[in-house]
Amino acid sequence: MLKVRPSLLAIGVCMGLGSPLAAEDMDLDLSGFIEPEIRYFIEDGSDPKQDEYNLSLSVDLEVEMLWGRDRQLVINPFGRVDQNDPNRTHVDLREFKYLHVFPNDWEVRVGVDRVFWGVTESIHVIDIINQTDQVENVDDEDALGQPMVKLGIPTDLGLFEFYYLPYSRERTFPSRAGRPRTDFLVDVDNPVFESPAENWNQDFAVRWSQFIGAFDIGVSHFSGTGRDPIFRPTFTGTEVKLTPFYPQIDQSSVDVQATIGPVLYKFEGFSRNEFGERYYAATGGIEYSFYQAFGTQGDLGIVAEYVYDSRGNEEATTPFANDAFLGFRWAQNNEQSATLLVGSLVDVETGAMSIGLEAETRYRQNYFITLEGRFFSNIPDDDLLFSSADDGFMQLRVQRFF
Amino acid sequence: MKLKAFLGTIAVTMTAAGAASAELQFSDDPTVKGRQIAEESDRRDQGFKDSESEMLMILENEYGETSQRELRQKTLEVPDPNLGDKSMIVFDVPKDVEGTSLLTHAKILDPDDQWMFLPAVKRVKRISSSNKSGPFMGSEFAFEDFSSQEVGKYDYKWLRDEPCPEPVADRTCHVGERYPLYENSGYTKQISWTDTTDYQARKVEYYDRKGDHLKTLWLRDYKQYLGQYWRAHELYMENHVKGKKTTLKWLNYQFQVGLDDQDFSEASLKRAR
Repeated sequence: MLKVRPSLLAIGVCMGLGSPLAAEDMDLDLSGFIEPEIRYFIEDGSDPKQDEYNLSLSVDLEVEMLWGRDRQLVINPFGRVDQNDPNRTHVDLREFKYLHVFPNDWEVRVGVDRVFWGVTESIHVIDIINQTDQVENVDDEDALGQPMVKLGIPTDLGLFEFYYLPYSRERTFPSRAGRPRTDFLVDVDNPVFESPAENWNQDFAVRWSQFIGAFDIGVSHFSGTGRDPIFRPTFTGTEVKLTPFYPQIDQSSVDVQATIGPVLYKFEGFSRNEFGERYYAATGGIEYSFYQAFGTQGDLGIVAEYVYDSRGNEEATTPFANDAFLGFRWAQNNEQSATLLVGSLVDVETGAMSIGLEAETRYRQNYFITLEGRFFSNIPDDDLLFSSADDGFMQLRVQRFF
Repeated sequence: MKLKAFLGTIAVTMTAAGAASAELQFSDDPTVKGRQIAEESDRRDQGFKDSESEMLMILENEYGETSQRELRQKTLEVPDPNLGDKSMIVFDVPKDVEGTSLLTHAKILDPDDQWMFLPAVKRVKRISSSNKSGPFMGSEFAFEDFSSQEVGKYDYKWLRDEPCPEPVADRTCHVGERYPLYENSGYTKQISWTDTTDYQARKVEYYDRKGDHLKTLWLRDYKQYLGQYWRAHELYMENHVKGKKTTLKWLNYQFQVGLDDQDFSEASLKRAR
């Protein structure tokens, strides 16, 4: 991290914003990373254009300007260049927000930001403000920047947050040569929206959160364009593609975590109204940690969760409608912060299984190395994951921070 | 009540050095006297209200190789004697954890309430605080060494008075044992050297669950703030079993900067920078 007070740059930025922010009080922090990635796909792809190997490079920059404790301007562009997949070669403004805390502790954020809701580890059921950047990874952890105005009001009765979301992003999907992907291409250029305003439907959300002793509780509501597309097979003249359809939804959700000794009890779930019909989805389970396990410095964490969707396997738009998750996390607690994660989601009805492995370690002071594997096994031919089941892969990422 | 970094009780406080200690009346019962010494240390730190500081941590392994961590800490004194202080730690180095923040609402004997903010996914996670004896950031300091030090967390026994360790060997120290009362401690006891002139800790020996001498901490380079509150600026921990060492250097202490409860909330955790 570079902490400087470059008055010239600060003055320039402040003049550019036309804001009354005092240049002499500003802390500027520039940071980021560059990250080469190599992927190896274990099986041949379904499409002749798909390759066994893929090289890729991503860059993440973050500029923070802080004025005391009360005002921040954060700019965080992200970009990736991909060898085979033009859709994965993309740039995104992850964050571009101005944050202001008023003397009464009300907080306003204006711009592009990332918001996460939820408590569980296997699947993020209720997280909805941001769209998933699906080409980044299949683990649902990468999100596209979301334009918003957000007001946060802390009270003795908890934190109230109000979101105005004037524009919704479309999910990213791989192109023909990209992997992993479904056999039918997703027609990302021709999305369909239920709202006549398309991306410009005006969405709103509200959230209340509070902790009471060992319990952390959140209740949220979202109204607007759904982030999970429904796929409609469309014959384009030469082939069948999947047209993403973004419905209007109302989603009410609750998330609860009880933290008792080494055990975390977690639950999150929503009730969603889509096309006048209501359905439910939820995830819950426990996370248990053994500290200094087996007489070593290391910690062993075990996560057991169950994923439910009332639409069932046939109708759910996610592959996880009745699934059990078991995960293990080994933290070595050494100077390099070496960690090993192994997790598996199993469909309770069909036995379909997806497996994830992640081994990571710091190298020297400024490198972080991650080796990751994603595999699918026993996927029946009517499962949403079936046509990606031959896209199991290993990937190596080396992050260099600056 | 204090959380002034991890060196709460360890590093204590004092106003009018010699004069105050001369007035102290200690019990003849060593267990009572031990507690009275801790209470005196605690009393001298009361009223600091809030503080901000920066920390540089240097880890040295058994081969002499070093690596560094940097963090910033804010502390809010909670006057209620049945509660611990509140603290916010923001990590700066190593850069893969830059922006990761840890919010703690400390308790006396119950487990602390603790939340972590993970900036890469913008997620706040309530975490278990029962991992008392695990290493903090891969260092030789355990989480419990780094948490709010409160009088009520231990039973005490005064052992003897003797010359303080270097570099203040010309002074007299109270030497006493303390026994953790909270759950999941990695220690059966600690032996501390408390300077009788300012009631600051100069040295602490840690004994593991088997009763073996595991680590020794030396506290040096004390400076006084607002004419009252002492803080050690160098802490050196040596692990005698593993041969590893950790040095903490505290920089840029500021007191009474005007922090309040809202600076130690979920909302402030999400905007910590």
